[in-house]
Amino acid sequence: MYTDKVMDHFQNPRNVGEIANADGVGEEGNVRCGDIMKLWIKVEDGRIMDAKFKTFGCGAAIATSSMITEMVIGKTLEEAQEISNQAVAEALDGLPPVKMHCSNLAADALQKALDDYKAKQSA
Amino acid sequence: MERIYLDHAATTPVRPEVLEAMIPAYKNTFGNASSVYSWGREARKAIDDARAITADILGAEFNEIIFTGSGSEADNLAIKGAAWKQQHKGKHIITSAIEHHAVLDTVKWLEANGFDATYVPVDEDGLVSAAAVEEAIREDTILITIMHGNNEMGTIQPVEDIAVLAKDRGILFHTDAVQTVGSLPIHVKDMGVDMLSLAAHKFYGPKGVGALYVRKGVRLDPLIHGGAQERNRRAGTEDIPSIVGLTKALELADSERREVKPRLIAMRDRLIQGLEQIPDTKVNGHRDKRLPNNVNVCFRYIEGESLLLNLDMMGIAASSGSACTSGSLDPSHVLLAMGLSHEVAHGSLRLTLGRSSTEADVDYVLKHVPPIVKRLRDMSPLYQA
Ligand SMILES: Cc1ncc(COP(=O)(O)O)c(C=O)c1O
Ligand code: FES
Repeated sequence: MYTDKVMDHFQNPRNVGEIANADGVGEEGNVRCGDIMKLWIKVEDGRIMDAKFKTFGCGAAIATSSMITEMVIGKTLEEAQEISNQAVAEALDGLPPVKMHCSNLAADALQKALDDYKAKQSA
Repeated sequence: MERIYLDHAATTPVRPEVLEAMIPAYKNTFGNASSVYSWGREARKAIDDARAITADILGAEFNEIIFTGSGSEADNLAIKGAAWKQQHKGKHIITSAIEHHAVLDTVKWLEANGFDATYVPVDEDGLVSAAAVEEAIREDTILITIMHGNNEMGTIQPVEDIAVLAKDRGILFHTDAVQTVGSLPIHVKDMGVDMLSLAAHKFYGPKGVGALYVRKGVRLDPLIHGGAQERNRRAGTEDIPSIVGLTKALELADSERREVKPRLIAMRDRLIQGLEQIPDTKVNGHRDKRLPNNVNVCFRYIEGESLLLNLDMMGIAASSGSACTSGSLDPSHVLLAMGLSHEVAHGSLRLTLGRSSTEADVDYVLKHVPPIVKRLRDMSPLYQA
């Protein structure tokens, strides 16, 4: 039911782990099924230099988590802000319809990490 | 790669001996059993022979067996048929919180159509207590339906005790024995039930055929109207090869049980004991009052679908009660009814052994599950090593 790309990211997830002294941290729970993702980002000169994640969830949740870390690394904060859950799903060659909600987990955790970064900067 | 099928509670393969018995029924016994000429008489004899054998193995009488199109149909016929027939007497039905959806959704449908239902809870081992059933009985209770062996966590219910209660009060008692027929010795008269459902594909027979035992004197409204087949209780030209296949599979299961059951229990217990060694693991279901082939555990901090995908990569077929594996995105109603939290139920794994299972399969599972659990935990935000 999953594409090869989803299975690849599921089997070999990129950027698993935590970042000590991260510049932004976002944690999101999925209201539909109860899954949880946590995302850490490192920012330098307005650009995301590193991202790591931990996810408690299904195959699609783990694959979208992995994919979004790859997508954000190297992007400016403004570019990262634009990443939607559809974009993550498309980057994985699609998700089964019943699994589309799983990609919200990654997109929402990213937004929260960006918000956390901004809040820390203005503090 | 090695492939190990450990989902026998979902379905089993048709045994070669069963297929062998079905082929002549397809090739030669094609007549319509309702016809008077020789082809019809041959077909009738094939069904009669099958019914006699099935009835005999279950401790029932010839006319007490109705062949159906599935286990679900047998459950539907028992519950809707009895409820409809007795609605002048009362409209209250008692069932449990851990039934298969074939029972649960049927009772819910009756609720939506003017009937009343009580869902008896279970304890942490998944056991329904006869006392709780007794407490739920009302003046207008017309039917009690409590399953025999649970398909998810394997707990075997005290149906004999419930049958006594029901009988004393003149209430009909149905049990869904889809998971136990074939695997446990079933004698309907000793059990004391009024109705009992079974499905051939759970004991190496074909899919799409089941049966309902209905004690003589119990009257049901049919679900399917039309011809006079199955003594007016299930219209439709009989599927002779499937009926023959069900019967052959039941005969084989019955004659081999003495050898198969202890072997399954030994492998089951070795799997449970081995998996329990993994930290933060919970065994679900009763330890002893348990289906011989059922293993069900929860690994905390991980989710079931990702566990199943990892097992599949190692060639192991299993199932889970995780929300992510269910179409509804709700975790197993059975595990929740046993008091597990949503989060713990999320990490459940069910392995169900079968005839083809070997000690080497048990070794293989015990070797591959721990590293998979560790890998997923290392990835989980809930886990602190
Ligand atoms: C306990 C129980 N009841 C009913 C059913 C339904 O049987 P069937 O698939 O033959 O409709 C099953 C299996 O799916 C089951 O495990
Ligand atoms: S995150 Fe639960 S279904 Fe995907």
